[in-house]
Amino acid sequence: MATSSVSKGCFVFKPNLKKRKTSVPIEEYFNKGKNESEDSKLRFETYQLIWQQMKSETEQLQEELNKNLFDSLIKFLQKSHSGFQKNSRDWGCQIKLREIPTAALILDMKHFLQKLCSQLMDCHVDVESKEQEKDIQKKIHCSMDFLSSWYMNVTQKMDPGRPGKKRTSSSQWQSPPVVLILKDMESFTTKVLQDFIIVSSQHLHEFPLILIFGIATSPIIIHRLLPHAVSSLLCIEIFQSLSCKEHLTTVFDKLLLTTQFPFKLSEKVLQILISIFLYYDFSIQNFIKGLQLSLLEHFYSQPLSVLCCNLPEAKGRINFLSDNQCENIRRLPSFRRYVEKQATEKQVALLTNERFLKEETQSLLENLQVYHTNYFLILRCLHQFTSSLPKYPLGRQIRELYCTCLEKNIWDSEEYASALQLLRMLAKDELMTILQKCFNVLKSSSEKQLGSSAKRIEELLAQFQSLDAEAKEEEDASGSQSKGLQKTDLYHLQKSLLEMKELRRTGKKQTKFELLREKVVNFIDGLVREHLLPPETQPLHEVVYFTAAHTLHEHLNAAPRIALHTALNNPYYYLKNEALKSEEGCIPNVAPDICIAYKLHLECSRLINLVDWSEAFATVVTAGEKTDASSVTSEERNEIIHARFIRAVSELELLGFVKPTKRKTDHVARLTWGGC
Amino acid sequence: MPHFENVVLCRESQVSTLRSLFGERHHFSFPSIFIYGHTASGKTYVTQTLLKTLELPHVFVNCVECFTLRLLLEQILNKLNHLSSSEDGCFTQITCDTFNDFVRLFKQVTKAKNLKDQTIYIVLDKAEYLRDMEVNVLPGFLRLQELCDRNVTVIFLSEIIWEKFRPNTGCFEPFVLYFPDYSIGNLQKILSHDHPPEYSADFYAAYINILLGVFYTVCRDLKELSHLAVLNFPKYCEPVVKGEASERDTRKLWRNIEPHLKKAMQTVYLREISSSQWEKLQKDDADPGQLEGLSTYTHVELPYYSKFILIAAYLASYNPARTDKRFFLKHHGKIKKTSFLKKHEKITSLVTLQLLTLVGHDDQLDGPKYKCTVSLDFIRAIARTVNFDIIKYLYDFL
Repeated sequence: MATSSVSKGCFVFKPNLKKRKTSVPIEEYFNKGKNESEDSKLRFETYQLIWQQMKSETEQLQEELNKNLFDSLIKFLQKSHSGFQKNSRDWGCQIKLREIPTAALILDMKHFLQKLCSQLMDCHVDVESKEQEKDIQKKIHCSMDFLSSWYMNVTQKMDPGRPGKKRTSSSQWQSPPVVLILKDMESFTTKVLQDFIIVSSQHLHEFPLILIFGIATSPIIIHRLLPHAVSSLLCIEIFQSLSCKEHLTTVFDKLLLTTQFPFKLSEKVLQILISIFLYYDFSIQNFIKGLQLSLLEHFYSQPLSVLCCNLPEAKGRINFLSDNQCENIRRLPSFRRYVEKQATEKQVALLTNERFLKEETQSLLENLQVYHTNYFLILRCLHQFTSSLPKYPLGRQIRELYCTCLEKNIWDSEEYASALQLLRMLAKDELMTILQKCFNVLKSSSEKQLGSSAKRIEELLAQFQSLDAEAKEEEDASGSQSKGLQKTDLYHLQKSLLEMKELRRTGKKQTKFELLREKVVNFIDGLVREHLLPPETQPLHEVVYFTAAHTLHEHLNAAPRIALHTALNNPYYYLKNEALKSEEGCIPNVAPDICIAYKLHLECSRLINLVDWSEAFATVVTAGEKTDASSVTSEERNEIIHARFIRAVSELELLGFVKPTKRKTDHVARLTWGGC
Repeated sequence: MPHFENVVLCRESQVSTLRSLFGERHHFSFPSIFIYGHTASGKTYVTQTLLKTLELPHVFVNCVECFTLRLLLEQILNKLNHLSSSEDGCFTQITCDTFNDFVRLFKQVTKAKNLKDQTIYIVLDKAEYLRDMEVNVLPGFLRLQELCDRNVTVIFLSEIIWEKFRPNTGCFEPFVLYFPDYSIGNLQKILSHDHPPEYSADFYAAYINILLGVFYTVCRDLKELSHLAVLNFPKYCEPVVKGEASERDTRKLWRNIEPHLKKAMQTVYLREISSSQWEKLQKDDADPGQLEGLSTYTHVELPYYSKFILIAAYLASYNPARTDKRFFLKHHGKIKKTSFLKKHEKITSLVTLQLLTLVGHDDQLDGPKYKCTVSLDFIRAIARTVNFDIIKYLYDFL
């Protein structure tokens, strides 16, 4: 593009905004990838529906979680400048007013502050302030005097009463405070912050300011950033938000450990999402993004995902399945395993008769639904038992337990055995509280089979209570004896203790409580074995479980280095140009210059001689061409090759593979794989 | 002027010096006066009250607000303009970019009739900020009288001694006036002066006496002390209000208030809990121990790999580079792994959390260097959560 400028320099040209958008309906993308484009539109719609539900669920969840914090913060803001509003001239008021009310928020959730902002903006005044402040910046009159006189103006203007919209909250406040929110307090320059606080504290009587600091680490940072002289001007209260791990637990509970959403994650996928959260970023937002990606990928890659919706809807859809889709069902490994177990006539019918297949699919889906309902209830019960054990053999969080259960038959694991061992040593009151909790969990469902389990737990509880009563009677009877025991000397005591130990080892006489405890443990063990089967054992689990952990890993935990290496080492991988296809270790001369330079540099050690490199480069590039040394243009061509080489090397430098070195002239240093 | 002594306490000699310097209204005064002294030694208050009660034409500017020269100069000029034109009421914004313009405009503004025959005082509070501005500003203000040929005196207020101001090119020396710290007697007198109207002066003086007994060893800041006095006074009055003790029952009152003040010293004074929270506690008669102060929230949550990066950074910051071999060659375990996990995004987030700081120049893009700034206790707590025995890898603990 031409410029009218006479000077040399960089010019920025803004792209033409009128560029036409190529509008492809989003659901079209679902067609493109795989050759099986069965029901792609329906699949896309289902995806959107489920995602909408999940999203609104998470949003609601976050709102609830923040509600407390949010309310207390609002309250804080409202009372903060009550002194200012009342205009009371009581004794001591002057001194106290010199402190700027400050709220220190410790949180991980950014959007929370945005929320707060938007709510305060409703107060109408603040909206104006935003606009005004822009003007101020233009005029460079940013003095505190100006700001406070502006404030006076605005509040006075407000007074005559502007009828209408959002004035409800602001009208109660004669002089509404100005709230300033500093996100990420750690990243502010301390000097600016200090000066600002000093200045505004001096103007506080005419400019009611409330500061809100968002702190990501610990509040000690306030003392580290601000000297006492400054922090003594603040009147700080702390509001702490939920820790992100707890937040994850709730999200897990509401989105994954529920039958509300038909979509499920396999163990591997779950592990990836959890480890990204715990090891890398602690970000709920990313976790939910990962969930969304899994959902999208599932509906995109699995043609049968069309059945991944609520049961009545799925039953309806089954009736409209095409022949192709029926074939897809028959090809599912889990379905094949299921068929093999059936009687011969039924096998034939399932493999040949479409109508029969559809009916069978309906009932299988129904079973899957029941399986999940029971699964989550029993999982929660088991978690009640294992979450309080010492050393947590099955994990402290329900998500760990869930992952183990998804992976394999949990009862085969050593941890499960040791957990049961520990359960057999629980004290009575602990056991009873756990049972009570389990009873509550089971009662919350209306499922029939588990209803009987709930009843069984109730019985067990009753037995424990009756045990209590009996024990009391017994105690009364043996009261005199135990008293005697206390008075005996050490020798007798040891003796009787040894006797008791002996008695226990022979194990002949277990107490009633021990028997009952054994019963409870066996009972829960039975439930686990019956209901906590891994999902792979269920026919048609492929419909609702997303298993492509590899794809997810590729997308979420991208390895740029490897991608870069692949692109440079094997350009065919990305460019798909047949001419670039080559055997291992061979360099096609038609490859992009940077690829040739890169491959050659791989063969060098830490320091690369530029002359040698350039020679090698020229050799490779000219390899396929006829050598015509006598040609007049040969010199010109050499120059071109030289220029191409220089460009390739500088591109490699830009990518961080080589860098100039001062150790040896005409050499560059390698920075990767064995470099320095 | 007798009423002066009621308003300004314990600063008689300074006041009389200043008054003699000012002289009569039309006299030329000293071109520049430099007043210094500790925080809360009454510099600003004395100057302001003096100028106000004597009704001298003056401009009061706080240099913290004026982060550019332009703001400072414009503020002075506009305030002056306001002074001179207060009668006719017209008021226009003056713009002024350089000190040269300032001198010119200053002459214009002070032509006004009501400013002509008397000394104008320009007070620059927190004058130490002037040192960060252009080099000509401070010398310029020091000899403003001479430069613009007007009857003007510039008063500088600062907490720093004059020697730290003096530019190396030399300048006009101001009259230096020192405000010494208040003695305990002075503090007692000043604090007792503002007693609440519903109680007698003696009663309040006794309270101040106790307060000073507790706090004088740690704090001599008048502002802070008066703040504490106001905060804790309701507690002191409590027995009197309840009728358990009379105003003269000093011993009983002392027993009531003393432990309370000691608690305040550990909490409110250090800003561990805010004064509003303190007041609330006082009202509810609750134990301040149950309220968690600022420093009790020491726990920082970090993702797993970030913890290792932080540990690696700590080791790299405090171990000499030559000892690396000794620590890490024998052990091929965890540490080796972490050195490959370096992700730049994570490092930047650690920097924003102020756990790492950038050393060296900002514009060094290709090889930025960081230093780990956390304390040993902190890193030990972090290392404990990932089962890493950091002490074993620290050179200082060999």
